[in-house]
Amino acid sequence: MNDMTPEREERVAGLKGLGCSRKRVEDARFTQGKGNYVDDLKMPGMLHGDFVRSPYAHARVKSINTEAAMALDGVVAVLTAADLAPLGLHWMPTLAGDKQMVLADGKVLFQGQEVAYVIARDRYIAADAVELVEVEYEELPVLTDPFEALKSDVVLREDLDPAAPGAHGPRKHPNHIFTWEAGDREATEQVLAEADVVAEEMVYYHRTHPCPLETCGCVASMDKVNGKLTLWGTFQAPHAIRTVVSLISGIEEHNIRVISPDIGGGFGNKVGAYAGYVCSVVASIVTGQPVKWVEDRMENLMTTAFARDYWMKGKIAATKEGKITGLWCHTTADHGGFDACADPTKFPAGFMNICTGSYDIPTAYLAVDGVYTNKAPGGVAYRCSFRVTEAAYFIERMIEVLAIELNMDAAELRRINFIRKDQFPYQSALGWEYDSGDYHTAWDKALNAVGYDDLRKEQAERIEAFKRGETRKLLGIGLTHFTEIVGAGPVKNCDILGLGMFDSCEIRIHPTGSAIARLGTISQGQGHATTFAQILASEIGIPADSITVEEGDTDTAPYGLGTYGSRSTPVAGAATAMAGRKIRAKAQMIAAYLLEVHDDDVEFDVDRFVIKGAPERFKTMKEIAFAAYNQAIPGIEPGLEAVSYYDPPNMTYPFGAYICVMEIDVDTGEHQIRQFYALDDCGTRINPMIIEGQVHGGLTEALAIAMGQEIAYDEMGNCKTGTLMDFFLPTAWETPHYTTDHTVTPSPHHPIGAKGVGESPNVGGVPAFSNAVHDAFRAFGLRQSHMPHDHWRIWKIADDLGLHG
Amino acid sequence: MPKKMHIELTVNGQSHEFLAEPRELLIHTLRERLNLTGPHIGCETSHCGACTVIVNGKSVKSCTMFVAQANGADLTTIEGLGTPDVPHVLQTAFREHHGLQCGFCTPGMITRASKLLEENPNPTEEEIRFGMAGNLCRCTGYQNIVKSILAAASELNAAKEAAE
Repeated sequence: MNDMTPEREERVAGLKGLGCSRKRVEDARFTQGKGNYVDDLKMPGMLHGDFVRSPYAHARVKSINTEAAMALDGVVAVLTAADLAPLGLHWMPTLAGDKQMVLADGKVLFQGQEVAYVIARDRYIAADAVELVEVEYEELPVLTDPFEALKSDVVLREDLDPAAPGAHGPRKHPNHIFTWEAGDREATEQVLAEADVVAEEMVYYHRTHPCPLETCGCVASMDKVNGKLTLWGTFQAPHAIRTVVSLISGIEEHNIRVISPDIGGGFGNKVGAYAGYVCSVVASIVTGQPVKWVEDRMENLMTTAFARDYWMKGKIAATKEGKITGLWCHTTADHGGFDACADPTKFPAGFMNICTGSYDIPTAYLAVDGVYTNKAPGGVAYRCSFRVTEAAYFIERMIEVLAIELNMDAAELRRINFIRKDQFPYQSALGWEYDSGDYHTAWDKALNAVGYDDLRKEQAERIEAFKRGETRKLLGIGLTHFTEIVGAGPVKNCDILGLGMFDSCEIRIHPTGSAIARLGTISQGQGHATTFAQILASEIGIPADSITVEEGDTDTAPYGLGTYGSRSTPVAGAATAMAGRKIRAKAQMIAAYLLEVHDDDVEFDVDRFVIKGAPERFKTMKEIAFAAYNQAIPGIEPGLEAVSYYDPPNMTYPFGAYICVMEIDVDTGEHQIRQFYALDDCGTRINPMIIEGQVHGGLTEALAIAMGQEIAYDEMGNCKTGTLMDFFLPTAWETPHYTTDHTVTPSPHHPIGAKGVGESPNVGGVPAFSNAVHDAFRAFGLRQSHMPHDHWRIWKIADDLGLHG
Repeated sequence: MPKKMHIELTVNGQSHEFLAEPRELLIHTLRERLNLTGPHIGCETSHCGACTVIVNGKSVKSCTMFVAQANGADLTTIEGLGTPDVPHVLQTAFREHHGLQCGFCTPGMITRASKLLEENPNPTEEEIRFGMAGNLCRCTGYQNIVKSILAAASELNAAKEAAE
């Protein structure tokens, strides 16, 4: 009866379930300009908040004079740390177990740090008042280099007892935050000592910023009559924000309603809790009026969560045939003035220990030292799962360096070291259990698709032509095979601020057979309202078009940890499927009752339950839904609802093979991407259209990071990249056309086999672009050159290699 | 406080008259005074194009224009391009071809694209990429935006041919 008859096919297609490139339900409002973003909110009596920020990277705050600002017509209040201190709100906890100043408490630790918060009738008056606040600073020596910071006598965090351990164990120096280790140090050192070949390199992944097009912001509204606080904001984790607000403000959690309205991109930037949120809440409590705070772009780039800034010293050991025998990595992590990384509690360096990548490396060791400097705090996963991008970049560069050392083709070196299909589930030397993969198939498909052997021939001919002076352009072939670790995560080892990283879905089927599903996640462009309805459609047989998906309102949605780290599909998507199965189980009992047979005598078929062996006798989900509300069924409660809180048994491990073919002009340092091929394996594919869109977008963010985007500081700690003039975001003109492809290796432990995809293109894209640059110059002796590979830096590579004659 | 100026604007066919400080930015007039929250603020430095509107027939980034400079002008915002019942061809094409994700750049993107197709009704992919380079998107990688605009162009041209 499961034959795909045309009639049945039609019913399947009508659901728009799994595998359908369903058009997005979100788009009608967005294309009409009727989205509802936080800055669109307007309410009677709403006030505006704005910050006085430090021009210095390290300074004592001697005095703050707010008199002139207060005298300005329209200014309601100016808050300083002294005003917040009696409430205990001048500092707040960070997601990394540290604490952070809400407003400068005696000193500032990075340029742009919040010093005072002005509340005024409108945003123009607030901006005027910011200029009128007089702050007297005494400059202190600035540390912008993490290696220097670990040697310096200058103590950045005078609030911390240098002898006391931090949140993640002992500290070696007053500017040291933690040491985190994974793997077997002794065994790895022995492998390195005995290896035929050891390649060694420092791989720097520079500081950058997620820079969503919408900046961070919120509106806080304290209703003093009923004691309820409503907080709208750009929150990637609204439920966690509610708990944090409750813990730090003392307002009981049931009296706090957090709402994430439409969010204009997040990419990790909107995971953390920022001073603006705390000050706006306080301001609303003090004034009894709603208070809006929205960052401008400069504030966004200079003060809210940055990403990366990892100095990764690596050693990779291999036999002379190229079989990798060991990997060693020591990372110096620049965390800025406060440790405000967004990682699960037990993972202060995130999942950096996925740095053995796609390879069967029997012995490995990783150590990460976190360091305070006079830079902005943050360290979020910019479109990746907790430092996975750093890990992938590290191993994919080390493989290339090893290929140089061995004088081997880098594609072949990868192939002989891949974890084989029959090794899954695979235990990595650094502690993970990879769920599933078929790397060789993906790799061969990718190499064939681009005509790899021909490309290498063309490259060899180009080098000869270059040497003969016939061309000034080189050809780079950038290879990457990445393995991600996403879907954090199992509650047994993943929590944020003590909150287990499960996620949730609640479903209500309405009497007439349509439904609403609410989740603990929140879309920021991923199209959850479209795709989660598809998962449900396939699970419960109700068309996706008849299912509303709602997220982001903590008063109505079940508790969940939010959307980042590609966790929505692996965790909330699983919760959705599981809640759907609960609905189906009850529907089965109702159907059996209606058909007057035993529960076991009916089976689910697309959109109905049929009697086994007699498919002409059935009850559709629509009929069952109505019966749930109008029939008194013995032993069954009325209604048709379910909720599932899903604690994933493991992470998921999406992977992919990316190849970038790049032309490089040796004399100008300009590059042109001739071809970019991206093969992704994210397990079961829910909506291919959305997957491809995610890949295009993630690759473009990767292009930006690899080829020009950075948060740079001078030695005074001045942020040199505070506007979009200096901080590179590619336009349509600079962005290449991408070719997408896929294989499907479902996750064995996920209810529908899906793994998550949104971040893969950033994780795999960065090494693909960077490796293309390196590969172009390999024949001329280049081993490692730090990103971003902007025109100047590429020109400099050529110049340093003596290619300018 | 500088003296307020008397401003007259026509936005999406509707005329407005009010007093505004000379420093009031056009984007704030639209969003906060006229409640047209389709155009967004992404950078306040003319780079991102989320605030793009049409002023007297030209694409303008309204975050860096004073409302005083637009005095007397005729403006179109995303809200004036189409309605939910009768969407603009571009509004339909962006949905059909997945030309948007978070939606924040979309109003500016579509508003700019509508001008681009007036300036050049038959653009190549390259001309679209060049003509849209003033509008940044962080989600889509532009590929499907280009596809959407190409599709809208051919639909508009087909409609024009049918009418002739």
